[in-house]
Amino acid sequence: MIDNRIAETGTLRVKTGFAEMFKGGVIMDVVTPDQARLAEDAGATAVMALERVPADIRRTGGVARMSDPDMVLGIVKAVSIPVMAKCRIGHFVEAEILQALGVDFIDESEVLTPADNAYHVNKHEFKVPFVCGSRNLGEALRRIGEGAAMIRTKGEPGTGDVVEAVTHARQIMGEIRRVQGLPEDELMTMARDLQAPFELVRYVWANGKLPVPNFAAGGVATPADAALMMRLGMDGVFVGSGIFKSGDPVKRAKAIVQATTHYNDADILAECSKDLGEAMVGIQVVALTPSEKMAVRGW
Amino acid sequence: MKIGVLALQGAFREHRLMLESLGCTVTEVRLPKHLEGLVGLVIPGGESTTIGKLMVQYGLLEGIRDFHAAGGAIWGTCAGAILLATEIEASDQPRLGLLDMRVKRNAFGRQVDSFEVALEIKGLSAPFPAVFIRAPIIESVGANVEVLAKHEDAIVLVRQERLLASSFHPELTNNSSLHALFMAMCDSSSVAVS
Repeated sequence: MIDNRIAETGTLRVKTGFAEMFKGGVIMDVVTPDQARLAEDAGATAVMALERVPADIRRTGGVARMSDPDMVLGIVKAVSIPVMAKCRIGHFVEAEILQALGVDFIDESEVLTPADNAYHVNKHEFKVPFVCGSRNLGEALRRIGEGAAMIRTKGEPGTGDVVEAVTHARQIMGEIRRVQGLPEDELMTMARDLQAPFELVRYVWANGKLPVPNFAAGGVATPADAALMMRLGMDGVFVGSGIFKSGDPVKRAKAIVQATTHYNDADILAECSKDLGEAMVGIQVVALTPSEKMAVRGW
Repeated sequence: MKIGVLALQGAFREHRLMLESLGCTVTEVRLPKHLEGLVGLVIPGGESTTIGKLMVQYGLLEGIRDFHAAGGAIWGTCAGAILLATEIEASDQPRLGLLDMRVKRNAFGRQVDSFEVALEIKGLSAPFPAVFIRAPIIESVGANVEVLAKHEDAIVLVRQERLLASSFHPELTNNSSLHALFMAMCDSSSVAVS
């Protein structure tokens, strides 16, 4: 009965399929193996291994780069759930190093200092899947065209202010609805206006969604923030500084996991929002100068 | 036919679309009360430790065990298969423990080792496009468990009466033959659980 055929790794289906498995879940930033274990115990679907959370990158300034491989490996060994790590925009050698380390997903991230002012990583060349940030549909489809298996809003990382994540989610979902409503003969002009690949614009027109999962990121700090992003049509949530910069990280992490599943049930949201201790100290996005904004990085 | 898809976390939308395309009425199950009136339940892929914790928080372990005892059929894919198992290697994570098998999580390696392959399945006439993503394998099974497919030496699809478990993800393909098989299992198992 059994016929052993050739197994193929690193295919588009295997990469986007993996991204589908994160849906309805919370991916948490961690900087130590202990934090990674806490995140796993709280119900994270994956952890993002990095040296400094965005709030600290913002505070300390300087050039932010890929984390030390030893630090990433320490986290890979600490947990059984998938581990993600960040490379700089366009830094394909950092990406190759992360793939060689056995990281499960790479975030080509505007949280780090961009390495290339014009080009992103050619993500088709990799077996490991990538997630990329975007502020609008054109940017999302350009990243998918380069091979991204998952998209997330950029939001404004390290602020604890959800307003930019909301803006980007509404922008993308609104543009998807607009594309859907077009007659077929207007799609090419729309692709020109969005600066996006025609075939992907056509996919959005026919299916009413991106061809890969679309997560919220950048400023999510409370269970209510997470539920808000789900209600706006996001498939899941990244929480960066929001957990381990808060007063009671374990309780808050558990509550955000619950809120992401039960985002439509206000009774459960009320219950899990109770008594979480201090939220991270926020920075209002409107108080940032243009050069302090991370969301404008990426092309 | 009314079938539920456990919608705590993971790829529940894909199962839902596949079952709807076959004519099922699909309910997303997040609380025990959502199981009422269903004949079958699919537990999707996702992160098994996350799904397990969310099941504990709202009494779904007991709810789903009762649903099964009352005649409901259950199919677990990937993480769902892990949650059905009686034994999980090197883990004390929450589980339903209904299907007499021992599973090993992430048995093929990390994500870069994830793969797709054409799989011969007992009872299906053509090879099935099986997608394995950080997949578990079934290391051993009890006497009442029928092995329906193996990849190389690893058991990847089993059935025990009205329980079905697969290491791979049929919901990520365009092939609905395993969903049809599960519907047939639901049909022959029992009346709706009240």
